[in-house]
Amino acid sequence: MRMKKILLKTSLNLIAWILSFIVLIPFVVVIINSFKTDAEVNVLTLKLPEKWIFENYSVVFEKGNLAISFFNSTLYAVVSSFLLVVVVAFSAFVLARNTTKLNRFIYYFLVLGITLPLNYIPLMSVMKGLHLINSQFGIILLYTAMGIPISLFITYAFVNNIPKELDEAAVMDGCNAFSLFFRVIMPLLKPILVTVFVLNFMNVWNEFTAPLYLLNDVDKWPVTLAVYNFFGQFSAQWNLVSANIVLTSIPVLIVFLLAQKHIVGGLTSGSIKG
Amino acid sequence: MKLKKLYPWYFSSGAIILYMLFIVIPALVGIYYSFTDWNSYSSVKNFIGLENYKEIFVGDEVYLKYIKNTFVFTIFTSIAKTVLGLFIAILLVSGVKAAGFHRMVIFSPQVLSFLIVGLVFKSLLDPNYGFLNNTLHALGLDFLAKSWLGSLTWAMPSVMAVDTWKGMGYIMVLFVAGLLAVPKDYYEAAEIDGAGFFQKLFRITLPLLMPTITIATVLNITYGMRVFDIIYVLTNGGPGYATDVINTAVYSAFAKGYWGMGSALSSVLFVIMAIVSVFIIRIMTRNEVER
Repeated sequence: MRMKKILLKTSLNLIAWILSFIVLIPFVVVIINSFKTDAEVNVLTLKLPEKWIFENYSVVFEKGNLAISFFNSTLYAVVSSFLLVVVVAFSAFVLARNTTKLNRFIYYFLVLGITLPLNYIPLMSVMKGLHLINSQFGIILLYTAMGIPISLFITYAFVNNIPKELDEAAVMDGCNAFSLFFRVIMPLLKPILVTVFVLNFMNVWNEFTAPLYLLNDVDKWPVTLAVYNFFGQFSAQWNLVSANIVLTSIPVLIVFLLAQKHIVGGLTSGSIKG
Repeated sequence: MKLKKLYPWYFSSGAIILYMLFIVIPALVGIYYSFTDWNSYSSVKNFIGLENYKEIFVGDEVYLKYIKNTFVFTIFTSIAKTVLGLFIAILLVSGVKAAGFHRMVIFSPQVLSFLIVGLVFKSLLDPNYGFLNNTLHALGLDFLAKSWLGSLTWAMPSVMAVDTWKGMGYIMVLFVAGLLAVPKDYYEAAEIDGAGFFQKLFRITLPLLMPTITIATVLNITYGMRVFDIIYVLTNGGPGYATDVINTAVYSAFAKGYWGMGSALSSVLFVIMAIVSVFIIRIMTRNEVER
């Protein structure tokens, strides 16, 4: 009996390590090959490089147009996440508090966007009509709009957990709508708004489709498009492509490590109620 | 207390305006375009009624293939991610060592872009220099080595496997959260009654995890039906049309300048998802409705 238990424990641990290994190995292959010479990288293996070529990284940084695209991705991610937090906090507050028939309808209508697909071809002509095509401001607004449904969904649930008595007390103390929102509600919403910010930051940083359709100028491209374009030019040189992959994944991995709790908490919120 | 004054309607106007401008109006305009022959070769849009839809559903078989591929991709990746995610979650809460480490590792592909994951696996799965075939050759398993992304039979399973590799961590995290919420005394009581592993799994764990399973399925379906990036990067729909889904077909229609046709294809997806959404939103907001 005891023997059996030890055997079971060992095999469970072994399976866990095999799974982690399966997930890790592609990363390891990419990292190792990013330091190899052109000739050595012809065959991708787990063998360590004969000579470590650190220059691959500087080559990639220059030829890959990375400085400007890092700036662009950061700009799009930060500004759209900031706008999103503001817009969502205001609307979640009012929609959750004042539950008229109309407001309920608006809430469901907005949340419907979680599942609906974007139609990029007409989106292009709409954005053209608004003079927002091939524009940095345009894509920032688009990203804000794309983030609204899911962010509203998780923030709305959070507002519902703030007791309404607080509002009444604030009104007694002479608060109006704005001071109630900024002094009482906003501070209480802070944790969920941080989550909304971080999740949207990562989504925008990783997004690829919208700029593919909407941005023509190289100097407006985010990192994803820059990497894809680099791959088109250097697809035979996997050492350089690998270095590019590593470089452009670092920022998002750092955000993940720093904000792990918020990310996992945000992704699981709403999934276990019931 | 005057609710109107305390919760002014215009607080929600920012979200509504952005949502209307970038999501709703384009969808409606797209339905209008889908009845036209709008393309890059002529400056006039002619209204052609249902011609585009006729072409999709009874004209060229390839369009039905896109739709079928979309469903195949959605169904298989949904099942794979749910089963693997649940399996790993149960494994990690059953007391293995370094569970936190494993959880972080298995979740980590989720934070990378589909573009990056696509490029990584394009290199790993390359028939000539790729890591997978090299390893198979080195192990003497030459007969298993294949042109993974280039073969009509293996391209779709390979793409689905890569997608599962990336997505199963997210589903696992959902299940871990769900499992940790199951009261421990349920299991203790069951053990006293002499229940075995499978009895506990089917009588306690799975029934209590139903809300999580539902949400996971919802997420997997909405993701799968709209999939684009990973397929675009890995195979661009090829070889032939083996991995072409609705959204990759929309992009090729767009790139070729057939904008009316692209809008029609996109609208088909829109209608499918609108129908699915009604059920999904009901499930997701079920608790709030009851309250």
